Amino acid sequence: MPKAELLDPQGQAVQSAMGRLGFSGVVSVRQGKRFEIEVDGQITQERRIEIEHLAETLLANPVIEDHTLTIE
Amino acid sequence: MRWCTRPAARSLSYREGVRIGVVTFPGTLDDIDAARAVKYAGGEAVPLWHADHDLQNVDAVVLPGGFSYGDYLRCGAIARFAPVMQEITDAAEAGMPVLGICNGFQILCEAHLLPGALVRNQSLHFVCRDQGLRVENAATSWTRAFSPRDEIVIPVKNGEGAYTADEQTLDRLEGEGRVVFRYIGGNPNGSRRDIAGITNARGNVVGLMPHPEHAIDALTGPGTDGLNLFTSLLERAGV
Repeated sequence: MPKAELLDPQGQAVQSAMGRLGFSGVVSVRQGKRFEIEVDGQITQERRIEIEHLAETLLANPVIEDHTLTIE
Repeated sequence: MRWCTRPAARSLSYREGVRIGVVTFPGTLDDIDAARAVKYAGGEAVPLWHADHDLQNVDAVVLPGGFSYGDYLRCGAIARFAPVMQEITDAAEAGMPVLGICNGFQILCEAHLLPGALVRNQSLHFVCRDQGLRVENAATSWTRAFSPRDEIVIPVKNGEGAYTADEQTLDRLEGEGRVVFRYIGGNPNGSRRDIAGITNARGNVVGLMPHPEHAIDALTGPGTDGLNLFTSLLERAGV
């Protein structure tokens, strides 16, 4: 997700479209990305650290984006 | 072959045989124009390929504009990991001049050779126009041929050109004189503090969103203001 302090013009454009559709009461919209990653075998602690590293170096740019890792 | 020759009337002196590498990634658009600008300035343009771990002993590198790797993920995010970037990062950290134009600037930020990031234009529209800039730092490897406070016009053309960084980083850039170019006559993309281009602490790595390589000949651009970035590198110091 774009960092909270960063202007998100895409989110704002979506929010104004919601207004045009008559969907009221929306205070804020922010737009981000979601990656679904499938891996072989069990998610070990080691694997988790590896994916976290991938998220920090490639999938997200920590200068402008925050990320969270969810394992299912 | 007008585009291959140095302009006739130049009063500056050049170091002979300066070789400037121009990198082509899949999706690069402006490598030919960048190479042409290098030649116009009197240098030798050396094509570099993204997949090679080889800088061919060049004296400097230009990362040109375009949409490397389709701009997938984030602009410059995948190009940053191209094989040639390893050599460029090492050489830049050792002091080799590197210029990133537009997508090249985005790649330099993703590679952490420059701080901050480029995000979607505030208007959400791709903006293509001739743009006024003020030269704020005329001491970098790529701006020595300018005078401080020079006002120039070169084209800008991007969809994700809004420079952003946290307040602390912006203050540091301003304090250290590392804002190299600032938009004047209207900010095309909503960049923080009207920043169009910045440099690293050493002054050898410069990134900017507008395209100096498109302003080297009045026939094909708004003027010749862009040529100074390329001649900066070629001028003999003190001459």
